[in-house]
Amino acid sequence: MDEEDTRDFNERCAQCSEVNWGLTDGGRFYCRSCHNVTERTREVVNTDFITNSRVQTISKGSKKQEKNDGGCEWYICEGFQLVLKKQVEALEALGVCPQMKDEILCNFWRCYLQKSKQAYCKRPAGETVKTLSVCESSTDVDSDPERPSLLHLLSLSESEGDLQTDCSFASSVSKVSESTSVYSGSVDGSLYLMKNQKEKLRMTMPMTLSFCYLALLWVREPITLSELLRFVVEGHIPYMNVFQHFPEKMKLCGLDLKIFCVESWPEYKEVFNKMHELAAFLDLPRFPDITESCFLHPDMLCMKYLMEANLPDELHNWTCRVVKKIGIGEVDFLTLTPGNKSTRKVKYDVLAAAVIVVVLKLLFLLDDHYEWLLSEFAEERNKNNTEGGPYFEFKKWYEVVKHSLDVEQKKLDEEKAKYLWRCEKPLFYSVKNKSKVLKRRQMVVNLQNQFGKLSGSVQRAEKPNPSSFQLSWSEENTDGSCFHGHSLKGVLQEKCGLLTVMNPDYWLCTVKLCNEKLCGHLAHYREVEFPQSYHFVLGLFSFLLRIQPSYIHDEFNKSTLVLE
Amino acid sequence: MDSFLEDYEEAPAVVVGGKRRRRRRRRSPATQAALQPLLHLPFLPPQPVSSNEHKSNFKKSKEACLSYIQDALLQKQWKRAAEFLTCYVESLEKDYSREHIGPSEMIWRIGTEILWHHSQSRMKEFSCFMEQMKTLGVKRYLKVCLEHVFHLLCNGQIDEAYQNLSLAESWRFGEQTAIQDKEIKLIQAYRGLLDYCSWSKQKKILLEHGEDGFADLAVEQEMHSYFRKAAVNLKEIIKIPGVWDVFVKCYVDLLEFYGEYNEARQVLNEYAYNSKFPANPNAHVYLYQFLKRQGESKKSLLSALKILHDIVPSHELMIDFNTMLQKSKKRKKRQLGLEVIFAALDYAGWKENAKAWSCLARQVKQIVISEKHLDWIKQEWSSRKDWWPDFHFSRYLAKRNWQENKSLSHEKALVAGILLGKGRIFFFFFHFIEQK
Repeated sequence: MDEEDTRDFNERCAQCSEVNWGLTDGGRFYCRSCHNVTERTREVVNTDFITNSRVQTISKGSKKQEKNDGGCEWYICEGFQLVLKKQVEALEALGVCPQMKDEILCNFWRCYLQKSKQAYCKRPAGETVKTLSVCESSTDVDSDPERPSLLHLLSLSESEGDLQTDCSFASSVSKVSESTSVYSGSVDGSLYLMKNQKEKLRMTMPMTLSFCYLALLWVREPITLSELLRFVVEGHIPYMNVFQHFPEKMKLCGLDLKIFCVESWPEYKEVFNKMHELAAFLDLPRFPDITESCFLHPDMLCMKYLMEANLPDELHNWTCRVVKKIGIGEVDFLTLTPGNKSTRKVKYDVLAAAVIVVVLKLLFLLDDHYEWLLSEFAEERNKNNTEGGPYFEFKKWYEVVKHSLDVEQKKLDEEKAKYLWRCEKPLFYSVKNKSKVLKRRQMVVNLQNQFGKLSGSVQRAEKPNPSSFQLSWSEENTDGSCFHGHSLKGVLQEKCGLLTVMNPDYWLCTVKLCNEKLCGHLAHYREVEFPQSYHFVLGLFSFLLRIQPSYIHDEFNKSTLVLE
Repeated sequence: MDSFLEDYEEAPAVVVGGKRRRRRRRRSPATQAALQPLLHLPFLPPQPVSSNEHKSNFKKSKEACLSYIQDALLQKQWKRAAEFLTCYVESLEKDYSREHIGPSEMIWRIGTEILWHHSQSRMKEFSCFMEQMKTLGVKRYLKVCLEHVFHLLCNGQIDEAYQNLSLAESWRFGEQTAIQDKEIKLIQAYRGLLDYCSWSKQKKILLEHGEDGFADLAVEQEMHSYFRKAAVNLKEIIKIPGVWDVFVKCYVDLLEFYGEYNEARQVLNEYAYNSKFPANPNAHVYLYQFLKRQGESKKSLLSALKILHDIVPSHELMIDFNTMLQKSKKRKKRQLGLEVIFAALDYAGWKENAKAWSCLARQVKQIVISEKHLDWIKQEWSSRKDWWPDFHFSRYLAKRNWQENKSLSHEKALVAGILLGKGRIFFFFFHFIEQK
């Protein structure tokens, strides 16, 4: 390709002062903007060898190979495309409908490329940026154009991971006097990091998940965002070391690592916000409606979560009532309409969890006193009178669920501590520290073998099969640990022919509300200020959804404010 | 691991201050802080408190891994610790140059512990691991070498230890060699120590042959060459202020054999009295023992022991001290003797010591009989009369002493009778004895 061949040549055109060269058939450079043909040919550019013409011809071929090392030139967006492909294939393997890949996600991606002017448009953005940087430099043609220092680039990028680490490499890399841009395996790695974030939505690894979720939402698949992120953590969806699946020719080094090599789990809030930004950026129309029969409707999600939390099925009536009362079951409320700033951004899973918490609070108050009282009454009744099914005892439920929760939480913590972040593919910032990196890797592998043998027969657990439910309770268990069928009669009372709550009082525990715009939270959640039961319930759902309890607390506050 | 050189009785390890594994060497505060072995106290050094949010999950997960390792180590679950360490070694690939203790040092220390204690690990694997650790950090190279040598010695592999020491001594690495000169001195000192061990082996052989009438010239030559090598190194290390009990003892032994008494005396005096050296009771013990061997005057012996009494009133040599003081003609010395023996018996370790009680009994009896200096007894007893009766003369103890050690109880009864006078319990006890 012309680009590859003319990359070395960075002089300004005599006529139009631009740097936009091509190669004629005769091997001469010509300016593509004004079609001015120069007398310079390709060989002459390698001025190092001008004294020895014989060496020149030999080196012409080898220098090229040596530089690319058998690799090809690739752009960052190509990399991301590969990542998305792998992710959607994994989703397909999980059972998502196959149209998602080719019809939906692909189109979204193409639309994104077009809008961000990386492809499918007249003049790719990468080139414009390059000329700009050259123009800004000094007018002296002989000196190297001012290259943005590595440090500067790194500070512009998102502050994830260790900048300190990279800065320590900076000094070594800046000495590398490559004639191309600052070191990266891809063509536009450094330019990518330099781009202005505000104008065009720059692609990042968490954003790949936003893409996936957007597509899932369009098809209305029964996967919530928290489930998607959980699958990522469990390894069913490639995210962490996905670059190891890149083809051999795409060499990854230098700044590419900053982009593709993540060292943190994707965060719910970040993915969610990016998803909305993306939807607006792509100018998408209103998404398919989310109706009552759809999985993402609060009624359905509440049912699912009630089952998973081992709560009685009867609570479902109450959740439906609450949903209706606060109006979150409306189609218009739930359906995503990008660009419409007045609609609330709906976190379906968190909302459903919050509704359940509201219902629990309505029925049991969760003030560390009332619910235990009710529980005692139920226990008494259950002891004396076993006909007509057991009444729901809060205390028993708490004991059973807490036990399982603790076991699962402990397992999760250990898994997180034992997680292996690095993969077989070595990562190095520059050719200089490649040998060091490889040596270290070798040593790590040796140590892992040595100590692995000493770990005894403890094998690394196989990846668990992907499952929608993390806690499951079976009615066949005779130990009575399943509460699905229990009745709520002990908690309710007949009033005007309708079942209502025994205690008509209800209050919002939060003492002080905050301004959401200032700090992103409607109310701050601190453990000590709230009753232990409330804290436990929040903890249960935050484990199931793998999010911070404060998120649920926020949603809960929003819902109850409406309820009041 | 408590005795440094198990095979050689001439050089038992002296555990100063009750440290667990090996002796404390005095270093500059910086090296000392850095050298602090991970498990002397059961806490990891506190991590610098930095904002948790900005740390990547990688770092957080490795920190969590580390705390699991710590728990496992403290509970001696070596398999579990190995399991988590396998996951932790990844952090070598990340640069932690800003941390106080980096992952390579952590891995070295933790790995050493696990490999040393794990039932399935062999010395060969251990050595292999140490070799790898040596390559990990040039700033720690000598420290790792030294610790490796200690482990080899604990395992009885003296020759390999010697080889490693020689290798380490000849290590050169630009300015690092100058920075780590303290470690080099230590390495040389330990090599000197091993030379001393070889020397004493040769000496033994020579003495045995001597008995048989053979004088083996080759053995003698070897012995002398070991002496020269050892002396040079040991002399060097002793010059640096520190606690060098083993080295001092060996060096003095060498000097005495070759008749260099003056030098030996000088060395011991330096070691005991130079204020730059940390206060060390053993220094005075060695000095005393040397002076005794040399047959020095009572005066010098007593002065050596006086300081020991000031530092460690409960030292076992206090009996000798008291005996010598009692025989003295000077009044002050005899009074000091009484002080000494009372002070010694203040300590719980001396409760059952029959000899100490007999010393006290003898002196107290003598004073009472001569009816001179009763005020000495009064003075000593005034500060002790509140608690000695419960401490030494309780009914329970009386019974037990009587059952276990008759001579002890006899002496104690005597003392008690004098001190307590008409004290009820022991009076009754006296009665009890008379009946028997």
